[in-house]
Amino acid sequence: MNLLSQEVPISWYLLLSAVLFSLGVVGFLIKRNLITVFMSIELMLNAVNLSFVTFAHQWHAVKGQIFVFFVMMVAAAEAAVGLAIIIAVFRARATLAVDRIDLMKL
Amino acid sequence: MTGYFHLWLIPLAPFAGFLINGILGRRLPKWIVTTVALLTPLAAFSVVLVATAGFFGLGAGNVPAVGPMPFIETCPLAWIDIGALHVDFSFVLDQLSLVMLLVVTGVGFLIHIYSVGYISDEEGYARYFSFLNLFLFFMTVLVLAGNALVMFVGWEGVGLASYLLIGFYFKKTSAADAGKKAFIVNRIGDFGFLIGMFLLLANFGTLTFSAIGQKLIANPGWQGGVLTVIALCLLLGATGKSAQLPLYIWLPDAMEGPTPVSALIHAATMVTAGVYMIARTHVLFDHSPFALSVVATVGAATALFAATIGVVQHDIKRVLAYSTISQLGYMFLGCGVAAYSAAIFHLVTHAFFKALLFLAAGSVIHAMGGEQDLRKLGGLWKKLPLTFAVTTIGVLAIAGIFPFAGFFSKDAILYAAYTQGANGRVLWFVGLVTALLTSFYMFRLWYKTFLGESRSPEVHPHKSPWSMLVPMVILALLSICGGWIGLGENLGRFGAFLAPAVGARATTASGDAHLELYLSIAAVAVALLGWLVADRFYRQRPGRAAQMAAANPGSYELVLNKYYVDEFYGATVVRPLLGISKYLLGWFVDTALLGGGAWLLGGTATFAGALLQRWQSGNLRSYAAWLAAGTAAVLLFVVVPWATVWPASLNLIWKMAGH
Repeated sequence: MNLLSQEVPISWYLLLSAVLFSLGVVGFLIKRNLITVFMSIELMLNAVNLSFVTFAHQWHAVKGQIFVFFVMMVAAAEAAVGLAIIIAVFRARATLAVDRIDLMKL
Repeated sequence: MTGYFHLWLIPLAPFAGFLINGILGRRLPKWIVTTVALLTPLAAFSVVLVATAGFFGLGAGNVPAVGPMPFIETCPLAWIDIGALHVDFSFVLDQLSLVMLLVVTGVGFLIHIYSVGYISDEEGYARYFSFLNLFLFFMTVLVLAGNALVMFVGWEGVGLASYLLIGFYFKKTSAADAGKKAFIVNRIGDFGFLIGMFLLLANFGTLTFSAIGQKLIANPGWQGGVLTVIALCLLLGATGKSAQLPLYIWLPDAMEGPTPVSALIHAATMVTAGVYMIARTHVLFDHSPFALSVVATVGAATALFAATIGVVQHDIKRVLAYSTISQLGYMFLGCGVAAYSAAIFHLVTHAFFKALLFLAAGSVIHAMGGEQDLRKLGGLWKKLPLTFAVTTIGVLAIAGIFPFAGFFSKDAILYAAYTQGANGRVLWFVGLVTALLTSFYMFRLWYKTFLGESRSPEVHPHKSPWSMLVPMVILALLSICGGWIGLGENLGRFGAFLAPAVGARATTASGDAHLELYLSIAAVAVALLGWLVADRFYRQRPGRAAQMAAANPGSYELVLNKYYVDEFYGATVVRPLLGISKYLLGWFVDTALLGGGAWLLGGTATFAGALLQRWQSGNLRSYAAWLAAGTAAVLLFVVVPWATVWPASLNLIWKMAGH
C-alpha cells in the first residue's frame, strides 16, 4: 500500500480524475448521440469514484470507499433505467439525436 | 316578568316565519305558507298582548305580572366589549315601546291577513310573505332596542325589507328603481344617525338610552353645544326614514310596491320610526332648544309642502303617499314642540286610518284590475259598498272631524303648538292650513273615486275576498274609536300612560280648557271648509277644478310636477355624482390609473417571460451547457481567490481585449 503512495503522487490520481471528468463534461455537451451522452455521464461518475478512492486512501478513511459502492449501485440502476428510456425514445421517435428530442419545451 | 314570558319571543316569531317561508316557501303548498305567514305575526302580537295585560294587571292566574317599567332584557353575552366600549344586545319594554309594539304587531297582523287576499294570485307568494315577516322582525327589534346600536340594526333591517318589498315587482324597471332610490336616500339619513351615534359614544361613553338619560338628568345645566349637534345628526337620520324635508323624495316612488306594503311599511309603521327615535332620545332634544325648533320647523314645512303636492296628484296611491309625508310632518311638529305624547298619539291614530285608507285603495285597485288613476275611477260606491264605507271613515278620520281618531291627535298637536310661545302661533297656523288642505285632498280623492259617474264603465269590478274586508273593518272601527283613549286634559289616560317614558310636557298655558275648545272648533271648522270646497269642485261643479288649473298653468304645473324637487336633486346631486363616477372614477381612476397600472405590471411580466422563454429551448445540451457554466462560475468564485475582486478582473479582461 505504501508502495503506491510512494511511487505515484496523489496529485496524479486527482489529475487523472479531473481529466476524465472534463472529458465526460465535454462529451456530454458536444456529442449528439444519446448513447454517447449517456456514456459521458458514466465517465463523470467514475471520475468522481476515482477521486473518492484516492482521498479514502490518503486519509485512511473507509467512508470514501463506501461512497464509491453507493455511486456504483446508483449508476447501475441509472444505467438500467436510462437504457430503457433510450430504447423507448428510439421506438417512439426513430432517432437518438438529442437535438431532435426537445419535446420538454413548453 | 318571569315565567315563560320573554321579550325576544316578539321578534323571533316573525323571523322564524321569514326563515321557513324564505327557504322552503317555494316547495311548500300554498296553505302551509299562508299558515306560517299568519301564525308568526299572531304569535308576536299575542306576546305583546300578554305583556300589555300584565302591565295593566289584567292577567289573572297564568298571565305573568309585569314588573316595574321599564323592563329590560339583556343577552347574557356582551355584544361588543372592547376596552371602554361596552354594548349589550338589550331589549327594553317601557310604555313607549309597548304602544309601538301594539301598533306594529297588531296592524302588521291585520295587513298580513289582508295580503293573503290581495297577493293570492301573484307570482312570488312565499317570497312576499317571507319579506313581510322579515320586516316585522326588524321593526320589532327597532322598537324594542335598549340602545342606539340595536336600534340601528332594526333601522337598517327595515330599510332592507322596505327595499325588497318596493322592488317586489322587480321585473318592472320603475319598481326596481324605486327600491334603489329608497335605499340610497335612506343611506344619507343613516349617515346622520351613525355620526350621531359616534358623537354619543364620544361624549357619553355609552349608547344605552337610559344611561344617557341619567347622565343628562345628573347635569341639568348641560345645554346645547354638542348636544345640539347630536340631536341634529339624529334628526337627519329621522328625516331619511320618516320621509321629511329634504329627504322625503323616496316615499312617493315607494308606491311602486304592492299596496299592503305601502299600508304597512310606508304608512303605518316603518316611516314612523323617525318619530319613535326622536321620542326615544327625547332627553337629548329637551336639552337643545335649537334642535327642537329645527324639528318643529322641518315638520311644519314638510306637512304644508307635501299637502300642497297631494292636492293635484292623479294617482290614488300617490295622493295617500303625500298625505303620509304630510301627516308625518305633523308628528315631527308635535315632537318639535316637545309634545312627544301627542306625536306618538298621532302616530297611533295615523297608523289606523292611513293603513285603512291604503287597504281601501288596494281594494279599489284590486277590484278595478290595477287601475289607480283617479281620473279613470268614479262612481264606485254602488259596486264596492263596504270599501266605500270604510274609506269614508278613514277620510273623516284623517280630515280631523269629530269624533273620529284623527281629530283628537291632530288637535293635541295643534294645541301643543299653539301654547309654545310666539313661534308656536306660526307653527299652529301652518298646521291649520295643512289641515285644510288635508281635508280638501282627501275629500277630493273620495269624490273622484266613489261618487259621480264611473269614468271607465267597461271595467266590471270584482268583489274583494273576506280576508281583505275583515282587516279593513277592524281598522275602520279603530279609526273611529282609536282617538278616545286620548280624551281629556293632557291627552288623558294616554298621556298619563306615556308620561314616564317620554316625560310630561310643561306647557306655557296649560289647563286653559276654553283655549283648547276654541282651537278644536277652529280645526273642525277648517276640516269642514276643506270638505265644502272639495264638494263644490268635484260634486256640484265638476269642471271647476280643471278651469282653475287652466287659468293658472304656471303654478299648477309647478305643483303637479312636485315643485321639480326630483329634477332639482337630479341636476344638483345625481348628475354631478354620475358625472364624477363616469369620467373621474370610471375613465381616469379605473381605466387610466388602475387599468394602466395592471397593464404595465402584466406587460412587464409578459415581456420578461418572453425573454426568459428563449432559455427554455428544450434542447438538452443547452441546459447542460448552462449547468456546466454555472458550476464553473461557482468554482471560480470559491476556488480562485482573485475572483472576489470581480469588477477589477472584469475591467482587466476588458482592457486585455483591447478596448
